[in-house]
Amino acid sequence: MTEVMERQNTYLAAFERLERELAAAGTPALHRLRKAAAARFAELGFPGPRDEEWRFTPIAPLARIPFEPAPHDRMNGSCSFRIPPLPKGVIVCRLSEAMHKHAALIEQHLARYADWKKHPFVALNTAFVCDGVFVYVPRGIVLEEPLFLDFHAGKDDDGRVWHYRSLVLLGENSQVTLVDNYSGPMECTYFSNAVTEIVVGPGAIVDHYKLQREGDRAFHLAVMQVQIGRAANFSSHAITQGGQWVRNEINAVFENEGGECTLNGLYQANGEQLVDNHTLIDHAHPHCASHELYKGILDGKARGVFNGKIYVRQDAQRTDAKQTNQTLLLSDDATINTKPQLEIYADDVKCTHGATVGQLDAESLFYLRSRGVGLAEARSLLTYAFANDIVSRIKVASVREELERSLLQAHHLPAVDAGEEDA
Amino acid sequence: MTTATSTIQELANREYQHGFVTDIESESVPRGLNEDIIRLISAKKREPDWLLDWRLKAFRHWQTMEEPRWWPNLRIGPIDYQDIIYYSAPKPKKKLNSLDEVDPELRRTFEKLGISLDEQKRLAGVAVDAVFDSVSVATTFKKTLAEHGIIFCSFSEAVREHPALVRKYLGSVVPYNDNFFAALNSAVFSDGSFCYIPKGVRCPMELSTYFRINSAGTGQFERTLIIAEEGSYVSYLEGCTAPMRDENQLHAAVVELIAVGERAEIKYSTVQNWYPGDKEGRGGIYNFVTKRGACRGVGSKISWTQVETGSAITWKYPSVILQGDNSIGEFYSVALTNHKQQADTGTKMIHIGKNTRSTIVSKGISAGNGQNTYRGLVKVLKGATGARNYSQCDSLLLGDRCGAHTFPYIEVKNSTAKVEHEASTSKIGEDQIFYCKQRGLSTEDAVNMIVNGFCKQVFLNLPMEFAVEAQKLLGVSLEGSVG
Repeated sequence: MTEVMERQNTYLAAFERLERELAAAGTPALHRLRKAAAARFAELGFPGPRDEEWRFTPIAPLARIPFEPAPHDRMNGSCSFRIPPLPKGVIVCRLSEAMHKHAALIEQHLARYADWKKHPFVALNTAFVCDGVFVYVPRGIVLEEPLFLDFHAGKDDDGRVWHYRSLVLLGENSQVTLVDNYSGPMECTYFSNAVTEIVVGPGAIVDHYKLQREGDRAFHLAVMQVQIGRAANFSSHAITQGGQWVRNEINAVFENEGGECTLNGLYQANGEQLVDNHTLIDHAHPHCASHELYKGILDGKARGVFNGKIYVRQDAQRTDAKQTNQTLLLSDDATINTKPQLEIYADDVKCTHGATVGQLDAESLFYLRSRGVGLAEARSLLTYAFANDIVSRIKVASVREELERSLLQAHHLPAVDAGEEDA
Repeated sequence: MTTATSTIQELANREYQHGFVTDIESESVPRGLNEDIIRLISAKKREPDWLLDWRLKAFRHWQTMEEPRWWPNLRIGPIDYQDIIYYSAPKPKKKLNSLDEVDPELRRTFEKLGISLDEQKRLAGVAVDAVFDSVSVATTFKKTLAEHGIIFCSFSEAVREHPALVRKYLGSVVPYNDNFFAALNSAVFSDGSFCYIPKGVRCPMELSTYFRINSAGTGQFERTLIIAEEGSYVSYLEGCTAPMRDENQLHAAVVELIAVGERAEIKYSTVQNWYPGDKEGRGGIYNFVTKRGACRGVGSKISWTQVETGSAITWKYPSVILQGDNSIGEFYSVALTNHKQQADTGTKMIHIGKNTRSTIVSKGISAGNGQNTYRGLVKVLKGATGARNYSQCDSLLLGDRCGAHTFPYIEVKNSTAKVEHEASTSKIGEDQIFYCKQRGLSTEDAVNMIVNGFCKQVFLNLPMEFAVEAQKLLGVSLEGSVG
């Protein structure tokens, strides 16, 4: 325990050391926020195994390593964008730039949603916020082309923590597709501590894709906080492939009536990987719908954790929520802890959840084999089909095709060209 | 639906029917808890030294434990463990030879509850071991059972007559240090039931115990131990009603089931109808129970069926440890919360042996301001090749101020295991009620019918007499809640 305390202190010491540089970035109000968040992190400390939210996710491997932030101009990681020509009024820029140019917007929204008062790692991230990505789509504008955002850990250094930060604001009836890609060097041990805040304005549509392809030795902890406005639509597809210790948290809140939220996820883990997916959908208002489907494939000694909570508040009548978690265990050394939860305080609701853990269906295997497909190939085919259920839901063609290709490759299956597949 | 509202209100607000206090002189120990009290309880019951030592060990361990406050959504008032009378027994009378010698006051109490001993004995063919504030008062059908070699007696009697069996199995499934309330129970347990089914015997009748909490301020700390040997079968019923009280009473029982041999089978059914507190949530029983069974034999089976309608707070997770290969665990539950009741109940199925199977069917009904939580664990260990679990948890909400929550924990470490969990939450559809009304049923009959249909899967697993009682209980507690 004392060891963990010390590690926590390395983050705090770094904060003290870098404080002067940090203070120079953005407004004094922003720096007051950083200081408050750092103090809060000191109070909260690392979560322990007795914390229900962290019960199956050991924090020790992460806490054991004294990760150091990069110098302040890089401490929020390197983020590059691949963006189509943007209509007037749309802003896609670095957060540091936005802090100067769009101070009012930043002041109004940054760190207002992701709860740094409760979540130690959000507090830690907030303490170091000085750069990141800022996306703003004003009222009525529809971006047809997706925005590709790349978050990349530095190549040179080992033992770094990267405090990625994104803020995405959508005005009324606007629309955007975002593709977040997280990656890093294979040989480095580093810690990506990402916080994303998304505000989906009334009637707006956000289609979010997260591709996590961190290095094999990476620690990845990402918290995404989504505020869904009246009749707005948010959908997320989280594909987890890399990292040795991964935790994805998505908290979606319906801020008004008529919203819709779709959370889909696919996690594949092998070796000694730990993959934890935590989702919370807060039905705070009536007439909202949510659909969630998370699928996992665990092999080797991998550990999977799924914790999905649907929270329906007292007055959130006519809620329609559906949640499913399916896990395929391919090895006897793999472990899954799944905990789908319904917490419901309203009566006029339709809520269901289901969880299954199992192996490939014996009958399907038999069918394929009776048609002359070898056992190994039959297993590959079925596993691919299981995973592709999520991948096929991805609307951005380039992302979908690339994932399909890598899935096929991973399962040693011949590539299928798109035309053939459609037929 | 306005016409039906008044009757509905009436029914919803119906006072607890079984609330009355029997005036029997009881012999109690002083309030509070310390080693002397435990020595006193043990001495009063003339227990052997090993049992006293076990109690003291449990007590010392209990002192080092913290009162659990695990679940943030469960509101529990403070419990003053020093303000409880840990032992109270009706004053010893001369030995009873027949039922006629039972205290008439006591007999009337049972009759008011509808469990007249002779009635039960004559009509239902059920042997009743009535526990009245901790000490067994009358045991029936003992002879019939003895002919089969079945031991069915009070726990104290078992300690005297069959010490070897008790010593061997006591605490073997729920150890004295298992949890806070189990440790407390191990230290102060007053009495309970003991049942032993020898090899190859199929118990010819349903065994039944009625527990009843009586003296004001007396916590009940029952201990039940059921052992089934190879190829035997027993069905055990437990039913509870308690009189009305304004202060919270603590009930921390421990039930241990052991299916020792091959194909041994134990079926344990509970109808729990303790005082739930009044409409404002004052009073009511705190029901913190540890129930666990171990399927040790190959192909053995343990089945829990429970109907939980009473208690201010219910906190219990009847579990099965599936050790033997091909063993089977089952859990069927109906839990109902009305007014300010809170129920946090579910099961744990621990798959250890190969090809072990478990089934969980849980039906939660919430009305008024009731909070109903299913919390269950399905754990498949590495060696449990071919383990299979199916869980189904459905919740029905009646009213917009109640809550229904589902927290299943699934932990799988074996790739050949197959675990399925399904849960749903909904309210009674207006179209369903409309349909029934249009066929000439009143609203409350319609609701009653729909709720009974909702619970049918569980009721089917109850022995007949209990199924009837359970349906009546639901009717009383529920009919009025929709309008």
